[in-house]
Amino acid sequence: MSATTQLGPDTGGRFGPYGGRYVPETLMAPLEELEHAFAEASADPAFQHELAALLRDFAGRPTPLQYAARLTERLGGPRIYLKREDLLHTGAHKINNCLGQGLLAVRMGKRRVIAETGAGQHGVATATVAARLGLSCTIYMGTQDMERQRLNVFRMQLLGAEVVGVDAGSRTLKDAINEAMRDWVTHVETTHYLLGSVLGAHPYPLIVREFQRVIGREARQQILAMEGRLPDVLLACVGGGSNAIGLFYEFLNDVTVQMVGVEAGGCGTALGEHAARLAASQGFTGARPGVLQGTYTYVLQNPHGQIATTHSVSAGLDYPAVGPEHAWLAEQGRVEYTAVRDEEAIEAARLLARTEGIIPALEAAHAVAELIQRAPKMRREQVVLLNLSGRGDKDMEILAHSLGR
Amino acid sequence: MRVVGEVSQTRIARRFAELAERSELGLVAYITAGDPTLETTEQIVLALEQAGADIVELGVPFSDPIADGPTIQRASERALRSGTTLAGVLELVRRLRQKSDLPLVLFSYFNPVLQMGVERFAEQAAAAGADGVLLTDLTPEEAAPVRPVLRAYGLDTIFLAAPTSTPERLKRLAESSTGFLYLISRTGVTGARELLPAELPALIRRVRQATTLPLAVGFGISQPGHVSVLGGLADAAVVGSALVEELERAATAEAAIAAIAERVRVLKAAARHGMSQRTPARPAAQEL
Repeated sequence: MSATTQLGPDTGGRFGPYGGRYVPETLMAPLEELEHAFAEASADPAFQHELAALLRDFAGRPTPLQYAARLTERLGGPRIYLKREDLLHTGAHKINNCLGQGLLAVRMGKRRVIAETGAGQHGVATATVAARLGLSCTIYMGTQDMERQRLNVFRMQLLGAEVVGVDAGSRTLKDAINEAMRDWVTHVETTHYLLGSVLGAHPYPLIVREFQRVIGREARQQILAMEGRLPDVLLACVGGGSNAIGLFYEFLNDVTVQMVGVEAGGCGTALGEHAARLAASQGFTGARPGVLQGTYTYVLQNPHGQIATTHSVSAGLDYPAVGPEHAWLAEQGRVEYTAVRDEEAIEAARLLARTEGIIPALEAAHAVAELIQRAPKMRREQVVLLNLSGRGDKDMEILAHSLGR
Repeated sequence: MRVVGEVSQTRIARRFAELAERSELGLVAYITAGDPTLETTEQIVLALEQAGADIVELGVPFSDPIADGPTIQRASERALRSGTTLAGVLELVRRLRQKSDLPLVLFSYFNPVLQMGVERFAEQAAAAGADGVLLTDLTPEEAAPVRPVLRAYGLDTIFLAAPTSTPERLKRLAESSTGFLYLISRTGVTGARELLPAELPALIRRVRQATTLPLAVGFGISQPGHVSVLGGLADAAVVGSALVEELERAATAEAAIAAIAERVRVLKAAARHGMSQRTPARPAAQEL
């Protein structure tokens, strides 16, 4: 690693070769409008003040950085710290981005927001923010995800959002994004597409990262206060990659800090059995650079460029592409990407529940599973900081099933 | 009358020049290649030519067609299920070119082309006898490295203009396009609709100010009345989902081909007659 990690994006929305803006012409004007609105808002103290107040009073920031004493003892390796994004209102880091983009929508005069959701966390956060800001809200969700995340469907409906089931393709996150983009292309004048991860066309990967950077800003201060030094390793799960980039970004130029992004290894290494886009060194197949849903990045696809179906027990990681900035960080060797399997994630969730009294979301449990593998190989004086990006209430049915009931 | 076809030798330019000479609205017919099989598509395209289509857009199916409505999404799924690939569609173009001089445009998304390799795609598409390429999710900005390659092989590069396109963007789209400019009639996805947007004439006039290229208008065109209205305004009408719906409704491939051909005959008749002549003062009798 080097002190000069190249950051992005450039003015064309590129992170090295990755990113860009591959959309139907109809969306070019609203993307440019969004880019300008974001640039103005970023420089507007009133906007920043309003966002900071909502993050504090409504979402519950700052979130604690917790020393996980019993997990540390149990694994017998480094000192483990958990960044408790699971304690935020709505139960995951998603609300950071939703509040930011919700305020942007109001600023642009758009009275309707739409969003995709996989696990339902981003849908719930969007519906919550829409209710708080008085916006109308439609959420697109794959019907397979609606089955495995029923509680979140009810939550969104209770918050006044319309939930539209998407019965195409693999009936998961990717198909929900397709349908959200079709809605947006039809209602661009009145509607803001509140994209939930560092995916899609420029400026979304930039905007979502900037709204999630609060995670790393807080964590850096907190760990310096608690340990008097920077962590040795950062760990976060990577679906699109918003919680990971939110944590990593503030540390990118800290050369001593090693970073690991954990993808969904699913139930096997063959195409269709996993959602590992960057962990090819572990034998996962089918990922190549390509264009999906507005951006050029690593995509799981067949040799003819048709996008593959993916599998993960975690709906939030079950997606064939990864955020373009992660592709660039992988190519520079700045972040290491790895994958853990479904059952390892479930086992990790159970361990965290019993040792720390925290039931993590299955997404975050992937990062915990990677920690379980790494910790025994690390020294006791080392420090690991793991982003516990969401809580596991939504996954109770799957976790209950693993208990054999 | 705009002068077209003098600087270029492509089949597309020649066809628009002929149409202009006859003051006739062109009809561009879209069909998803491989829906339900490439053999059926071959027969459909030949029938489209017989029925009076001026240009055929062959949709190369993509798994995630974000610009398409339910009709073409279903067609893409059927085509992919039958094993359709970009290479297979190019082979279809080669077979068609042995039997027909109809201008053929490949209509798809960027990723299948990117995975084949842009240069290899351009070479093979041109060799097969394709005339133009339209990639729905490739804007002029991102096409900067792609367009010169396609042009080097003599392929027309067609871009979409939209109601949301600013004057600066319309200028860029026009500069990047050859053959014709495809104007999306409304914000939204592909699909047949009852009415054309009331703002369409004003939109067409706005686009006319940005380009001298022939203008084809699509998205939502399905009825003779739509085509008639476009007669005085555009150079061609594009019909797609309405033809795919005929295919979906038909019980057999033969019935589908007959129904699609009939639909195109009716639409082309509206293009030839109706309000479609360029000089409204010209008596209808001379048209016959």
